[in-house]
Amino acid sequence: MEEVVINSGDTAWMLISTGLVTLMIPGLALFYGGMVRVKSVLNMMMMSFGALAVVFLLWIIVGFSLVFGDSIGSRGLLGDPGQFLFLNGLDNANAAIGSIPAVVFIAFQGIFAAITVALISGSIADRAKFGSWMLFSAIWVTVVYFPVAHWVFAFDDFVAKTGGWIANDLGAIDFAGGTAVHINAGAAGLALAIVLGKRVGWRKEAMRPHSLPLVMLGAALLWFGWFGFNAGSAVGSNGTAGLAVLNTIGATVAALLAWLLVEKIRDGHATSLGAASGVVAGLVAITPACASVNASGALIIGALAGVVCALSVGIKFKLGFDDSLDVVAVHLVGGIVGTLMIGLVGVDVGLFNGGGTDQLVKQLIGVCAVFGYSLVATLIIGYAIEKTIGFRVSREVELEGIDLKSHAESAYEMYSSSRGGSSL
Amino acid sequence: MKLITAIIKPFKLEDVKEALIAFGITGMTVSEASGFGRQGGHTEVYRGAEYTVDLIPKIRLEVLADDNLAEKVIDVIVKAASTGAIGDGKVWSSPVDNIVRVRTGERGTDAI
Repeated sequence: MEEVVINSGDTAWMLISTGLVTLMIPGLALFYGGMVRVKSVLNMMMMSFGALAVVFLLWIIVGFSLVFGDSIGSRGLLGDPGQFLFLNGLDNANAAIGSIPAVVFIAFQGIFAAITVALISGSIADRAKFGSWMLFSAIWVTVVYFPVAHWVFAFDDFVAKTGGWIANDLGAIDFAGGTAVHINAGAAGLALAIVLGKRVGWRKEAMRPHSLPLVMLGAALLWFGWFGFNAGSAVGSNGTAGLAVLNTIGATVAALLAWLLVEKIRDGHATSLGAASGVVAGLVAITPACASVNASGALIIGALAGVVCALSVGIKFKLGFDDSLDVVAVHLVGGIVGTLMIGLVGVDVGLFNGGGTDQLVKQLIGVCAVFGYSLVATLIIGYAIEKTIGFRVSREVELEGIDLKSHAESAYEMYSSSRGGSSL
Repeated sequence: MKLITAIIKPFKLEDVKEALIAFGITGMTVSEASGFGRQGGHTEVYRGAEYTVDLIPKIRLEVLADDNLAEKVIDVIVKAASTGAIGDGKVWSSPVDNIVRVRTGERGTDAI
């Protein structure tokens, strides 16, 4: 084995990035939690925290090996679960991956898996049994995320000799997870919204966000954490990480403005929820592309994502699925926009930036493969849970509030005798 | 004795309260209420989805007054609460049989 040199600068940045991506979990919990009604904010936040716990546990046991172990039969579909079972040989201070300690890379990548699962929860707000959600998290991350992350993130000769088919054989570019994280979670969100069905009163009664300041705070924390997510994917403290940081700001402000512009023209008002949504749409879209576009490319991707995602929110009303917090419109659509745009504006590879159509076709194949696999597999997992232990809470629980009925808690002490329930 | 009940716009509460104190009334009860009249509700837009909110926030203000002052109190409230726009609210009075001051046990007009 060749001698490995640990670079302290790279290691420092990756340690920080690990902290940053971990902050995205409470960021997402606040972003989602603020958007639901008062009676289900705790359940919404618990789905993010719960996913983190379940997923990271599995990550240590077998997940890392399934993603970054040698590809079984060199087919690029799934890593060898036995190779790094319980992080065999890697969970010490001396092992290295690239120029950083293996343990740092493992921790960083483990949070990616957790965030991806947590993102899905937005499509099933107010109505999922918590235990079923935890079981779903465990099954989904194992059956869907680990294989897909192997396809996309496992490069040959980085952790193991042979990696995944999208990264190596196809050559589609996905720097930080436009396909593996966002299209994957978005397709799963669509599937679960179909499996669980519409909330009681959907489209008939107002289901207003109970706290827009929480939504704004969540979006801000997500943005902050996303610097670790995108720039940390450089796995080094270098110019690529710097480019990712710049583009992560550029695309995001462009998307924020674009979403507000759509609202102003269509509805007459620029809203805070629109600004927060634009931020996340921009962050999603630039995720795969942040290291392969220049600054103007990032602005184009962000602006396009802001417009397309804002308009995509209407899809669920047309097709009639209750994707409660718009996981499809923001993560699926935003992920597709960012992934495909690499084929148009990517430096040296994009159709409009010195390349031909080759890269665009590769990107499209990557998008379709991840979308198709995630949608079908999630439908199967979702219906299997629904038909056995049940996935959806009873009508009574849903109407009275999942916080009180499932968790025996309520989010806020209300100092009002007329609002029912709480004592002074 | 009369109970005068006023439903007013929340931001008009300060004006009405000051006008009533200037007039000389010595007590009132205020509570948050919601409802609609001819104004109807309003619409809010979240991610492009319009929600009609039927019940809009109002303030319910209650004042007890002697019979000979009741009409004047109503006038004071109406004048202070008016903006001229739809949704200004309503004021009505109803007869009161008896009033008791809890601390002293005083009854009738003495308890106002």
